[in-house]
Amino acid sequence: MIEVIAGFLILTGAGFFIAGSIGLLRLPDLCCRLHALTKVDNLGLGLTLIGITLLEGSVVFGLKALLTWLLVMVSGAASAHLIANFDSRQTE
Amino acid sequence: MSAAVTLVDLVLSAVLIVLACSALAVRSLRQGIPLFISFGLLLALIWARLAAPDLAIAEAAIGAGLTGGLLMVSLRELPTAANAFAVRFSAGRVLVDLLTLILMVVFTYAFWSGLESNDGGRLVNDVSARLPESGVSNPVTAVLLNFRAYDTLLELAVLLAAVLGIRSVGAPFPGPGTANVMLSGLSNWIVPVLIVTGGYVLWAGADTPGGAFQAGAILAAALIMLRLNGHDVVQGIGLRAERVSLSCGVMGFLLVGGAVMLNDSVFLRYPTEWAGSLILVIEVLATMAITFSLANAFAAPPAGGPASV
Repeated sequence: MIEVIAGFLILTGAGFFIAGSIGLLRLPDLCCRLHALTKVDNLGLGLTLIGITLLEGSVVFGLKALLTWLLVMVSGAASAHLIANFDSRQTE
Repeated sequence: MSAAVTLVDLVLSAVLIVLACSALAVRSLRQGIPLFISFGLLLALIWARLAAPDLAIAEAAIGAGLTGGLLMVSLRELPTAANAFAVRFSAGRVLVDLLTLILMVVFTYAFWSGLESNDGGRLVNDVSARLPESGVSNPVTAVLLNFRAYDTLLELAVLLAAVLGIRSVGAPFPGPGTANVMLSGLSNWIVPVLIVTGGYVLWAGADTPGGAFQAGAILAAALIMLRLNGHDVVQGIGLRAERVSLSCGVMGFLLVGGAVMLNDSVFLRYPTEWAGSLILVIEVLATMAITFSLANAFAAPPAGGPASV
C-alpha cells in the first residue's frame, strides 16, 4: 500500500519534471521559462522526495530529504530572481 | 528488474555521450558551458550508480560546480565576438576525430578484456585485508591518505603550483562591491550550512564517503558566496595568512611524512596506532589548502588587466 502511494507520488513528481523541461524548451520568454523551472524545484522535487521517504521509512532520512528540498527551493528562487534581475537590466 | 536496471544504465551512458559531443559541437561557448555542467552532473549520477559515492560527491562539487563556475567567470572576460566560434571541417580536425575514435575502441577493448578475465589479483582484496591497520574504515580514504599517500601529496603540490601560476598573472581581483539583497539574504542562510556541511564531510571521511577534497570544495563554495556578496576573504586575510593557508597542505604533509621517519625511517609510513590521528591532521590541513586554492582561482584577474573590466 505504501509502495503504491510512493509510486504515485514519484510519478507525479516526474510529471512535473517533464512539464518543466517542456516549458524550458518551448516557452517564449526568459521569465516564463524561469517560472516553469521553479515549479520543477518546488513541486517536482518535493513530491519525489516525499515518495522516496515513504519507501525508505526512516525519520532521519526524511529530515535529510526535507533539508535538501529546502536548500534547492531557496537557491532556485534566489537564482531565478537574480537571472530575471540581470535580464531586466540588460533589456532596458 | 534487471532488464529495467540495464535499460536505465544504457540510457544514462547514451545521454552522457550525447552531452559530451554536444558540449563540444555547439556554436557558442555560452551554450557549451551549461552543457558541460550538465555533463558533470550526469557523470556524478553515474558514479553514484557505480557505487562510488566519494567520486560522485567530488565530481558534483569540483567537476560540475566549481569548474563550471570558473568557466562561466572566464566566459565573461572574453569579448563578445569570441562567444561564437565557427565549426569548420579541416583535415586536421578529421584526423584528430579519427585518432580519438581509434583510441576509444582500444581503451574499450582493454577495459572489457580486463573485466572479463577474472584471474589476477584484484587490489580491492589487498585493501580490504590491510584496512584495519590503516587507521580509518573508509577504504577510499585509506587508499588516498595511507596506502597511496605519496600520490595525494603530489596532487596537493600540483594544486599549489596551479595557484602559483594563477597568482603570477596578477594580484587577486576584488569581487563585486555591493550585493543584491536576494543574494545577501540567501548567503546568510547558505554559508553557515556550507561550513557545517564541509566540516561534517571532512570528519565523516574516515568512515563514510567524504574526505578532504570534497570538504575543501564545499568550503570553497562558501568563500565564493562570500566574495559575491562583497566580503572577499581571499583578499582580506593579509599576505602572511595567505601564504600559510595556501601552502599548509603540502607543508603539513611533508612535516608529518618526515616526522614519522623518526619512527620507521621510511617517508610517510605511519605507525599503526597513530595512523588515524595523523590522517586527520593531514586532512584538516589539506582541506584548508584546497579551500583557499580554489577560492584564489576564482579571484584571478581578468584577461586584459584590471582596467579592462
